[in-house]
Amino acid sequence: MIDEWYPVGLFSQLDPAGRQTALMGEPITVGRDAEGNTRVTGGNGRTLPVRLRYGHVWSSLGEPKKELFAIPEADQPGRRFVDVGVVRVRCSPLRAVENFLDVAHFPFVHTDILGAEPHTEVQNYKVEIREDVDEVWATQVKFYQPQAAKSASGGITTEYMYRVPAPTCSVLYKTCPPRPSEWDVITLFVQPLAEDLCDVWPWMALFDDTTSLTDLIHFQQTIFLQDRSILENQIPCLLPLDPGMEIPTRADLTSVAYRRWLKRHNYTYGAQLVAQ
Amino acid sequence: MKLYDYILSPSCYKIRLMAALTCVKLDIHPVDFHPGAEHKGAELLALNPAGSIPILEDDDLVLTESSAMLVYLAAKAAPEWLGRASAEEAARVQQWLSFSGRLTASLGGARLTEMLLRPGDIGALQTQGVLALRELEAGLVEQSLRGMRFLAANRPTVADIACFPYVVLAPDGGVPLDPYPAIRLWSRALRGLDHFIEMPGIHRLHELKPEPHIEPGEA
Repeated sequence: MIDEWYPVGLFSQLDPAGRQTALMGEPITVGRDAEGNTRVTGGNGRTLPVRLRYGHVWSSLGEPKKELFAIPEADQPGRRFVDVGVVRVRCSPLRAVENFLDVAHFPFVHTDILGAEPHTEVQNYKVEIREDVDEVWATQVKFYQPQAAKSASGGITTEYMYRVPAPTCSVLYKTCPPRPSEWDVITLFVQPLAEDLCDVWPWMALFDDTTSLTDLIHFQQTIFLQDRSILENQIPCLLPLDPGMEIPTRADLTSVAYRRWLKRHNYTYGAQLVAQ
Repeated sequence: MKLYDYILSPSCYKIRLMAALTCVKLDIHPVDFHPGAEHKGAELLALNPAGSIPILEDDDLVLTESSAMLVYLAAKAAPEWLGRASAEEAARVQQWLSFSGRLTASLGGARLTEMLLRPGDIGALQTQGVLALRELEAGLVEQSLRGMRFLAANRPTVADIACFPYVVLAPDGGVPLDPYPAIRLWSRALRGLDHFIEMPGIHRLHELKPEPHIEPGEA
Protein backbone atom coordinates (compact mmCIF):
# COMPACT_ATOMS: atom_id res chain seq x y z
CA MET A 1 0.00 0.00 0.00
CA ILE A 2 3.06 2.19 0.48
CA ASP A 3 3.56 2.37 -3.31
CA GLU A 4 0.11 3.81 -3.97
CA TRP A 5 -0.73 7.45 -4.72
CA TYR A 6 -2.48 9.51 -2.04
CA PRO A 7 -3.95 13.03 -1.98
CA VAL A 8 -1.96 15.35 0.29
CA GLY A 9 -3.49 18.79 -0.35
CA LEU A 10 -5.44 21.14 -2.59
CA PHE A 11 -3.37 22.42 -5.50
CA SER A 12 -5.18 25.80 -5.35
CA GLN A 13 -4.17 26.25 -1.70
CA LEU A 14 -0.51 25.26 -1.87
CA ASP A 15 1.38 27.08 0.85
CA PRO A 16 4.81 28.21 -0.45
CA ALA A 17 6.15 27.93 3.11
CA GLY A 18 5.14 24.29 3.20
CA ARG A 19 2.23 22.69 5.00
CA GLN A 20 3.00 20.05 7.61
CA THR A 21 0.86 16.98 7.28
CA ALA A 22 1.31 13.22 7.42
CA LEU A 23 1.04 10.13 5.27
CA MET A 24 0.62 6.73 6.92
CA GLY A 25 2.20 7.86 10.14
CA GLU A 26 5.13 9.66 8.52
CA PRO A 27 5.30 13.45 8.83
CA ILE A 28 5.53 15.09 5.39
CA THR A 29 5.72 18.66 4.08
CA VAL A 30 3.77 19.84 1.03
CA GLY A 31 4.94 23.14 -0.47
CA ARG A 32 6.65 24.92 -3.35
CA ASP A 33 10.32 25.40 -4.11
CA ALA A 34 11.97 28.63 -5.36
CA GLU A 35 11.10 27.81 -8.98
CA GLY A 36 7.46 27.33 -8.12
CA ASN A 37 7.51 23.55 -8.42
CA THR A 38 5.40 21.56 -6.03
CA ARG A 39 7.53 19.63 -3.54
CA VAL A 40 6.56 16.92 -1.13
CA THR A 41 9.21 16.02 1.43
CA GLY A 42 9.25 12.95 3.65
CA GLY A 43 10.10 12.74 7.33
CA ASN A 44 13.81 12.18 6.72
CA GLY A 45 14.05 15.01 4.17
CA ARG A 46 13.83 12.79 1.09
CA THR A 47 11.93 14.07 -1.93
CA LEU A 48 8.72 12.18 -2.61
CA PRO A 49 7.08 11.72 -6.01
CA VAL A 50 4.47 14.31 -6.98
CA ARG A 51 1.48 14.45 -9.33
CA LEU A 52 -0.88 17.40 -9.79
CA ARG A 53 -4.26 16.11 -10.87
CA TYR A 54 -7.98 16.51 -10.14
CA GLY A 55 -7.43 19.72 -8.16
CA HIS A 56 -5.13 17.97 -5.71
CA VAL A 57 -1.47 17.27 -5.00
CA TRP A 58 -0.72 13.53 -4.95
CA SER A 59 2.26 11.77 -3.47
CA SER A 60 3.54 8.42 -2.27
CA LEU A 61 5.93 7.20 0.40
CA GLY A 62 7.18 4.39 -1.84
CA GLU A 63 7.80 3.91 -5.55
CA PRO A 64 4.49 3.84 -7.41
CA LYS A 65 4.43 1.01 -9.95
CA LYS A 66 1.34 2.40 -11.65
CA GLU A 67 0.53 5.90 -12.86
CA LEU A 68 -2.18 7.75 -10.90
CA PHE A 69 -5.57 6.36 -11.99
CA ALA A 70 -7.31 8.09 -14.89
CA ILE A 71 -10.58 9.99 -14.67
CA PRO A 72 -11.29 10.80 -18.36
CA GLU A 73 -14.18 13.10 -17.37
CA ALA A 74 -11.62 15.45 -15.79
CA ASP A 75 -10.61 16.50 -19.33
CA GLN A 76 -14.12 16.81 -20.69
CA PRO A 77 -15.10 20.35 -21.76
CA GLY A 78 -18.14 21.90 -20.12
CA ARG A 79 -17.69 20.32 -16.72
CA ARG A 80 -17.25 22.36 -13.57
CA PHE A 81 -14.56 21.18 -11.21
CA VAL A 82 -15.25 21.68 -7.54
CA ASP A 83 -12.65 21.53 -4.75
CA VAL A 84 -14.85 20.74 -1.77
CA GLY A 85 -12.08 21.18 0.84
CA VAL A 86 -10.60 18.97 3.51
CA VAL A 87 -12.49 17.39 6.40
CA ARG A 88 -10.61 15.41 9.06
CA VAL A 89 -12.28 12.27 10.34
CA ARG A 90 -11.18 10.12 13.27
CA CYS A 91 -11.74 6.85 11.46
CA SER A 92 -9.91 4.29 9.35
CA PRO A 93 -9.27 5.57 5.80
CA LEU A 94 -10.77 2.32 4.52
CA ARG A 95 -13.94 2.88 6.57
CA ALA A 96 -14.31 6.31 4.93
CA VAL A 97 -14.20 4.71 1.47
CA GLU A 98 -16.53 1.87 2.42
CA ASN A 99 -19.13 4.32 3.74
CA PHE A 100 -18.94 6.20 0.42
CA LEU A 101 -19.76 2.94 -1.40
CA ASP A 102 -22.90 2.27 0.63
CA VAL A 103 -26.37 3.35 -0.48
CA ALA A 104 -28.49 1.58 2.14
CA HIS A 105 -27.88 4.31 4.72
CA PHE A 106 -29.17 7.16 2.52
CA PRO A 107 -32.77 7.37 3.86
CA PHE A 108 -31.60 7.33 7.47
CA VAL A 109 -28.49 9.55 7.42
CA HIS A 110 -29.15 11.79 4.40
CA THR A 111 -32.89 12.00 5.02
CA ASP A 112 -34.89 13.93 2.41
CA ILE A 113 -31.77 14.55 0.30
CA LEU A 114 -30.27 11.27 -0.92
CA GLY A 115 -33.07 9.08 0.39
CA ALA A 116 -36.32 9.01 2.33
CA GLU A 117 -38.55 6.49 4.05
CA PRO A 118 -40.35 4.39 2.94
CA HIS A 119 -38.13 4.12 -0.19
CA THR A 120 -35.43 2.15 1.60
CA GLU A 121 -35.01 -0.85 -0.69
CA VAL A 122 -31.66 -1.31 -2.42
CA GLN A 123 -32.52 -3.05 -5.69
CA ASN A 124 -30.20 -5.70 -7.09
CA TYR A 125 -27.08 -4.33 -8.73
CA LYS A 126 -23.92 -5.73 -10.29
CA VAL A 127 -20.48 -5.85 -8.68
CA GLU A 128 -17.22 -7.07 -10.15
CA ILE A 129 -13.48 -6.83 -9.70
CA ARG A 130 -12.33 -5.86 -13.21
CA GLU A 131 -9.15 -7.85 -13.65
CA ASP A 132 -7.88 -5.90 -16.70
CA VAL A 133 -7.76 -2.58 -14.81
CA ASP A 134 -7.63 -4.08 -11.31
CA GLU A 135 -10.50 -1.97 -9.99
CA VAL A 136 -13.70 -2.66 -8.05
CA TRP A 137 -16.83 -1.64 -9.97
CA ALA A 138 -20.48 -1.56 -8.94
CA THR A 139 -22.98 -0.79 -11.70
CA GLN A 140 -26.76 -0.48 -12.18
CA VAL A 141 -27.20 0.83 -8.65
CA LYS A 142 -30.61 2.51 -8.55
CA PHE A 143 -32.08 4.49 -5.71
CA TYR A 144 -35.01 6.84 -5.21
CA GLN A 145 -33.73 10.25 -4.13
CA PRO A 146 -35.77 13.30 -3.02
CA GLN A 147 -32.95 15.72 -3.99
CA ALA A 148 -30.22 13.80 -5.78
CA ALA A 149 -28.11 16.85 -6.64
CA LYS A 150 -28.19 20.58 -6.23
CA SER A 151 -29.40 20.70 -9.85
CA ALA A 152 -32.28 18.26 -9.24
CA SER A 153 -35.76 19.62 -8.69
CA GLY A 154 -37.92 17.05 -6.95
CA GLY A 155 -37.46 13.33 -6.45
CA ILE A 156 -35.93 11.09 -9.11
CA THR A 157 -34.66 7.54 -9.32
CA THR A 158 -30.93 8.05 -9.58
CA GLU A 159 -28.54 5.58 -11.13
CA TYR A 160 -25.06 5.18 -9.70
CA MET A 161 -21.83 3.49 -10.70
CA TYR A 162 -19.07 3.13 -8.13
CA ARG A 163 -15.45 2.58 -8.88
CA VAL A 164 -12.51 1.94 -6.56
CA PRO A 165 -9.28 2.53 -8.52
CA ALA A 166 -6.98 2.85 -5.47
CA PRO A 167 -7.27 1.58 -1.91
CA THR A 168 -8.31 4.95 -0.41
CA CYS A 169 -10.01 6.55 -3.41
CA SER A 170 -13.43 6.09 -4.90
CA VAL A 171 -15.08 7.62 -7.96
CA LEU A 172 -18.85 7.81 -8.16
CA TYR A 173 -20.72 8.25 -11.45
CA LYS A 174 -24.23 9.48 -10.96
CA THR A 175 -27.26 10.47 -13.05
CA CYS A 176 -26.77 14.08 -14.14
CA PRO A 177 -30.16 15.82 -13.90
CA PRO A 178 -29.49 18.60 -16.49
CA ARG A 179 -27.78 16.21 -18.97
CA PRO A 180 -29.29 12.73 -18.90
CA SER A 181 -26.74 11.38 -21.43
CA GLU A 182 -23.78 12.15 -19.16
CA TRP A 183 -22.68 11.15 -15.68
CA ASP A 184 -21.82 13.54 -12.88
CA VAL A 185 -18.53 12.58 -11.25
CA ILE A 186 -18.12 12.81 -7.48
CA THR A 187 -14.96 11.51 -5.88
CA LEU A 188 -13.74 10.75 -2.41
CA PHE A 189 -9.97 11.07 -2.11
CA VAL A 190 -8.75 9.94 1.30
CA GLN A 191 -5.35 10.79 2.75
CA PRO A 192 -4.42 8.20 5.39
CA LEU A 193 -2.75 10.05 8.27
CA ALA A 194 -2.80 7.04 10.59
CA GLU A 195 -4.68 3.73 10.65
CA ASP A 196 -7.49 5.43 12.57
CA LEU A 197 -7.25 9.01 11.26
CA CYS A 198 -7.71 10.50 7.81
CA ASP A 199 -8.14 13.71 5.89
CA VAL A 200 -10.91 13.44 3.30
CA TRP A 201 -10.76 15.55 0.13
CA PRO A 202 -13.98 15.29 -1.87
CA TRP A 203 -13.83 16.59 -5.46
CA MET A 204 -16.47 16.88 -8.19
CA ALA A 205 -16.68 17.25 -11.97
CA LEU A 206 -20.25 18.24 -12.78
CA PHE A 207 -22.44 19.49 -15.58
CA ASP A 208 -24.30 22.31 -13.87
CA ASP A 209 -24.23 25.82 -15.28
CA THR A 210 -26.72 27.39 -12.94
CA THR A 211 -25.80 26.53 -9.34
CA SER A 212 -23.22 28.78 -7.67
CA LEU A 213 -19.89 27.23 -6.74
CA THR A 214 -20.57 27.91 -3.06
CA ASP A 215 -23.91 26.10 -3.26
CA LEU A 216 -22.21 23.09 -4.88
CA ILE A 217 -19.57 23.01 -2.13
CA HIS A 218 -22.17 23.36 0.62
CA PHE A 219 -24.31 20.57 -0.83
CA GLN A 220 -21.40 18.13 -0.80
CA GLN A 221 -20.16 19.27 2.63
CA THR A 222 -23.66 18.77 4.01
CA ILE A 223 -23.71 15.18 2.79
CA PHE A 224 -20.23 14.39 4.04
CA LEU A 225 -20.73 15.99 7.48
CA GLN A 226 -23.86 13.91 7.96
CA ASP A 227 -21.60 10.87 7.54
CA ARG A 228 -18.77 12.10 9.74
CA SER A 229 -20.37 11.56 13.14
CA ILE A 230 -21.41 8.05 12.08
CA LEU A 231 -17.90 7.21 10.82
CA GLU A 232 -16.34 8.33 14.08
CA ASN A 233 -18.55 5.95 16.05
CA GLN A 234 -18.11 2.72 14.09
CA ILE A 235 -16.91 -0.33 16.03
CA PRO A 236 -14.35 -1.75 15.56
CA CYS A 237 -12.45 1.33 14.49
CA LEU A 238 -10.42 -0.57 11.86
CA LEU A 239 -12.19 -2.11 8.84
CA PRO A 240 -12.74 -5.82 9.59
CA LEU A 241 -11.42 -8.09 6.83
CA ASP A 242 -12.12 -11.28 8.78
CA PRO A 243 -15.26 -12.76 7.25
CA GLY A 244 -16.28 -14.09 10.66
CA MET A 245 -16.74 -10.60 12.02
CA GLU A 246 -19.86 -9.43 10.20
CA ILE A 247 -22.73 -10.89 8.22
CA PRO A 248 -23.28 -8.85 5.05
CA THR A 249 -26.61 -8.58 3.21
CA ARG A 250 -27.23 -8.33 -0.54
CA ALA A 251 -27.12 -4.52 -0.33
CA ASP A 252 -23.50 -4.81 0.88
CA LEU A 253 -22.14 -6.47 -2.29
CA THR A 254 -19.89 -3.52 -3.11
CA SER A 255 -18.43 -3.55 0.38
CA VAL A 256 -17.83 -7.31 0.16
CA ALA A 257 -15.96 -6.90 -3.15
CA TYR A 258 -13.97 -3.93 -1.81
CA ARG A 259 -12.87 -5.89 1.26
CA ARG A 260 -11.99 -8.93 -0.85
CA TRP A 261 -9.94 -6.75 -3.20
CA LEU A 262 -8.12 -5.08 -0.27
CA LYS A 263 -7.28 -8.47 1.17
CA ARG A 264 -6.07 -9.87 -2.14
CA HIS A 265 -3.62 -6.96 -2.55
CA ASN A 266 -2.62 -6.87 1.08
CA TYR A 267 -3.98 -3.33 1.33
CA THR A 268 -4.35 -3.64 5.07
CA TYR A 269 -3.35 -0.22 6.45
CA GLY A 270 -6.47 0.68 8.48
CA ALA A 271 -7.82 -2.88 8.41
CA GLN A 272 -8.36 -5.46 11.14
CA LEU A 273 -7.24 -8.85 9.86
CA VAL A 274 -8.42 -11.15 12.62
CA ALA A 275 -11.57 -10.54 14.64
CA GLN A 276 -10.76 -9.62 18.23
CA MET B 1 -34.16 39.33 5.99
CA LYS B 2 -30.87 38.27 4.44
CA LEU B 3 -28.60 35.83 6.24
CA TYR B 4 -24.96 35.40 5.20
CA ASP B 5 -24.74 31.72 5.96
CA TYR B 6 -22.42 28.73 6.10
CA ILE B 7 -24.15 25.36 6.25
CA LEU B 8 -21.59 23.85 8.67
CA SER B 9 -21.45 26.84 11.04
CA PRO B 10 -23.25 26.23 14.35
CA SER B 11 -23.63 30.02 14.81
CA CYS B 12 -25.35 30.34 11.44
CA TYR B 13 -27.51 27.33 12.30
CA LYS B 14 -28.72 29.14 15.44
CA ILE B 15 -30.28 31.78 13.20
CA ARG B 16 -31.71 29.29 10.69
CA LEU B 17 -33.18 27.25 13.56
CA MET B 18 -34.66 30.27 15.34
CA ALA B 19 -36.21 31.47 12.08
CA ALA B 20 -37.68 28.02 11.42
CA LEU B 21 -39.10 27.73 14.95
CA THR B 22 -40.72 31.16 14.70
CA CYS B 23 -41.82 30.69 11.06
CA VAL B 24 -39.73 33.57 9.70
CA LYS B 25 -38.58 33.27 6.11
CA LEU B 26 -34.87 34.02 5.55
CA ASP B 27 -33.16 34.94 2.33
CA ILE B 28 -30.09 32.70 2.61
CA HIS B 29 -26.85 33.90 1.04
CA PRO B 30 -24.26 31.07 1.17
CA VAL B 31 -20.69 32.11 2.04
CA ASP B 32 -17.72 29.96 0.98
CA PHE B 33 -16.19 29.81 4.48
CA HIS B 34 -14.28 26.58 3.80
CA PRO B 35 -12.21 26.15 1.72
CA GLY B 36 -12.68 29.62 0.14
CA ALA B 37 -12.36 31.85 3.29
CA GLU B 38 -14.84 34.26 1.66
CA HIS B 39 -15.72 35.72 5.09
CA LYS B 40 -12.21 37.20 5.20
CA GLY B 41 -12.65 38.81 1.77
CA ALA B 42 -13.05 42.57 1.23
CA GLU B 43 -16.78 42.45 0.55
CA LEU B 44 -17.75 40.72 3.80
CA LEU B 45 -15.13 42.52 5.90
CA ALA B 46 -16.76 45.79 4.81
CA LEU B 47 -20.02 44.46 6.24
CA ASN B 48 -18.48 42.91 9.36
CA PRO B 49 -14.97 44.06 10.31
CA ALA B 50 -14.76 41.17 12.80
CA GLY B 51 -14.58 38.79 9.82
CA SER B 52 -17.13 36.36 11.22
CA ILE B 53 -20.43 34.96 10.02
CA PRO B 54 -23.42 34.91 10.39
CA ILE B 55 -24.37 38.41 9.32
CA LEU B 56 -28.06 39.33 9.28
CA GLU B 57 -29.36 42.24 7.22
CA ASP B 58 -32.86 43.64 7.48
CA ASP B 59 -33.24 46.91 5.56
CA ASP B 60 -30.59 49.15 7.11
CA LEU B 61 -30.14 47.04 10.23
CA VAL B 62 -26.93 44.96 10.08
CA LEU B 63 -26.31 42.49 12.90
CA THR B 64 -23.04 40.57 13.33
CA GLU B 65 -23.61 38.96 16.76
CA SER B 66 -25.71 35.80 16.74
CA SER B 67 -27.34 36.51 20.13
CA ALA B 68 -28.55 39.89 18.87
CA MET B 69 -30.01 38.13 15.80
CA LEU B 70 -31.87 35.63 17.99
CA VAL B 71 -33.37 38.44 20.05
CA TYR B 72 -34.31 40.35 16.90
CA LEU B 73 -36.08 37.37 15.33
CA ALA B 74 -37.92 36.59 18.57
CA ALA B 75 -38.92 40.21 19.23
CA LYS B 76 -40.32 40.51 15.70
CA ALA B 77 -42.07 37.19 15.29
CA ALA B 78 -42.49 35.36 18.61
CA PRO B 79 -41.89 37.48 21.76
CA GLU B 80 -42.61 34.49 24.01
CA TRP B 81 -39.11 33.24 23.05
CA LEU B 82 -37.54 36.28 24.75
CA GLY B 83 -38.16 34.86 28.25
CA ARG B 84 -39.27 38.03 30.00
CA ALA B 85 -41.97 36.64 32.30
CA SER B 86 -40.08 37.71 35.42
CA ALA B 87 -36.94 39.60 36.40
CA GLU B 88 -35.27 36.31 37.26
CA GLU B 89 -36.15 34.74 33.93
CA ALA B 90 -34.96 37.77 31.95
CA ALA B 91 -31.66 37.70 33.85
CA ARG B 92 -31.22 33.96 33.27
CA VAL B 93 -31.71 34.49 29.55
CA GLN B 94 -28.97 37.13 29.50
CA GLN B 95 -26.72 34.93 31.64
CA TRP B 96 -26.91 32.02 29.17
CA LEU B 97 -26.70 34.24 26.09
CA SER B 98 -23.35 35.52 27.38
CA PHE B 99 -22.31 32.03 28.42
CA SER B 100 -22.91 30.80 24.87
CA GLY B 101 -19.83 32.79 23.82
CA ARG B 102 -17.71 30.47 25.94
CA LEU B 103 -19.19 27.46 24.15
CA THR B 104 -18.30 29.00 20.78
CA ALA B 105 -14.73 29.75 21.87
CA SER B 106 -14.08 26.34 23.46
CA LEU B 107 -16.21 23.63 21.80
CA GLY B 108 -16.46 25.60 18.54
CA GLY B 109 -12.70 26.10 18.50
CA ALA B 110 -12.07 22.42 19.17
CA ARG B 111 -14.44 21.51 16.33
CA LEU B 112 -12.70 23.81 13.83
CA THR B 113 -9.31 22.43 14.84
CA GLU B 114 -10.32 18.76 14.75
CA MET B 115 -12.53 18.91 11.67
CA LEU B 116 -11.36 21.69 9.35
CA LEU B 117 -7.67 21.77 10.45
CA ARG B 118 -7.76 25.36 11.77
CA PRO B 119 -4.85 26.17 14.10
CA GLY B 120 -5.60 25.87 17.83
CA ASP B 121 -4.44 24.35 21.11
CA ILE B 122 -6.75 21.35 20.98
CA GLY B 123 -6.05 20.17 24.55
CA ALA B 124 -6.82 23.58 26.07
CA LEU B 125 -9.93 24.04 23.90
CA GLN B 126 -11.29 20.63 24.91
CA THR B 127 -10.59 21.29 28.61
CA GLN B 128 -12.42 24.63 28.46
CA GLY B 129 -15.25 22.88 26.59
CA VAL B 130 -15.61 20.22 29.28
CA LEU B 131 -15.72 22.89 32.01
CA ALA B 132 -18.47 24.73 30.11
CA LEU B 133 -20.46 21.51 29.59
CA ARG B 134 -20.27 20.70 33.32
CA GLU B 135 -21.59 24.16 34.13
CA LEU B 136 -24.43 23.75 31.66
CA GLU B 137 -25.27 20.29 33.00
CA ALA B 138 -25.42 21.68 36.56
CA GLY B 139 -27.59 24.57 35.36
CA LEU B 140 -30.05 22.20 33.71
CA VAL B 141 -30.22 19.94 36.77
CA GLU B 142 -30.97 22.97 38.98
CA GLN B 143 -33.67 24.06 36.54
CA SER B 144 -35.25 20.60 36.66
CA LEU B 145 -35.35 20.84 40.49
CA ARG B 146 -37.32 24.08 39.99
CA GLY B 147 -39.67 22.15 37.69
CA MET B 148 -38.31 23.73 34.49
CA ARG B 149 -37.19 21.83 31.40
CA PHE B 150 -35.21 24.59 29.68
CA LEU B 151 -32.35 26.93 30.60
CA ALA B 152 -34.34 29.99 31.65
CA ALA B 153 -37.98 28.91 31.87
CA ASN B 154 -40.30 25.96 31.48
CA ARG B 155 -40.45 26.74 27.77
CA PRO B 156 -37.60 27.23 25.32
CA THR B 157 -36.16 30.73 24.94
CA VAL B 158 -33.47 32.36 22.82
CA ALA B 159 -30.99 31.23 25.52
CA ASP B 160 -31.58 27.57 24.64
CA ILE B 161 -31.09 28.21 20.93
CA ALA B 162 -27.89 30.15 21.66
CA CYS B 163 -26.36 27.22 23.59
CA PHE B 164 -27.78 24.20 21.76
CA PRO B 165 -25.72 23.90 18.53
CA TYR B 166 -22.17 24.01 19.92
CA VAL B 167 -23.17 21.67 22.74
CA VAL B 168 -24.71 19.02 20.49
CA LEU B 169 -21.75 19.21 18.09
CA ALA B 170 -19.16 18.83 20.89
CA PRO B 171 -18.25 15.29 19.70
CA ASP B 172 -17.12 16.84 16.37
CA GLY B 173 -14.32 18.42 18.40
CA GLY B 174 -13.50 15.22 20.25
CA VAL B 175 -15.52 16.08 23.39
CA PRO B 176 -18.00 13.29 24.21
CA LEU B 177 -21.47 14.05 25.60
CA ASP B 178 -21.95 10.69 27.31
CA PRO B 179 -21.38 12.03 30.87
CA TYR B 180 -24.22 14.60 30.71
CA PRO B 181 -27.71 13.08 31.05
CA ALA B 182 -29.45 16.43 31.66
CA ILE B 183 -27.90 17.86 28.49
CA ARG B 184 -29.07 14.85 26.50
CA LEU B 185 -32.66 15.19 27.75
CA TRP B 186 -32.62 18.93 27.03
CA SER B 187 -31.24 18.30 23.55
CA ARG B 188 -33.97 15.77 22.93
CA ALA B 189 -36.65 18.22 24.08
CA LEU B 190 -35.31 20.86 21.67
CA ARG B 191 -35.08 18.42 18.78
CA GLY B 192 -38.69 17.43 19.41
CA LEU B 193 -40.05 20.99 18.98
CA ASP B 194 -42.48 21.69 16.15
CA HIS B 195 -40.72 23.11 13.07
CA PHE B 196 -37.29 21.96 14.32
CA ILE B 197 -34.72 21.78 11.51
CA GLU B 198 -31.47 19.82 11.47
CA MET B 199 -27.94 20.64 10.34
CA PRO B 200 -25.13 18.27 9.29
CA GLY B 201 -24.07 16.48 12.48
CA ILE B 202 -27.36 17.20 14.29
CA HIS B 203 -29.74 14.48 13.21
CA ARG B 204 -33.50 14.64 13.47
CA LEU B 205 -35.43 12.37 15.79
CA HIS B 206 -36.58 9.67 13.39
CA GLU B 207 -38.74 8.07 16.06
CA LEU B 208 -40.98 11.17 16.15
CA LYS B 209 -41.93 10.76 12.51
CA PRO B 210 -45.12 8.92 11.61
CA GLU B 211 -44.65 5.21 10.96
CA PRO B 212 -43.64 4.79 7.33
CA HIS B 213 -46.02 2.77 5.19
CA ILE B 214 -45.93 1.77 1.56
CA GLU B 215 -49.00 2.37 -0.58
CA PRO B 216 -50.08 -0.65 -2.62
CA GLY B 217 -48.39 -0.53 -6.02
CA GLU B 218 -45.68 1.89 -4.86
CA ALA B 219 -42.07 0.77 -5.18
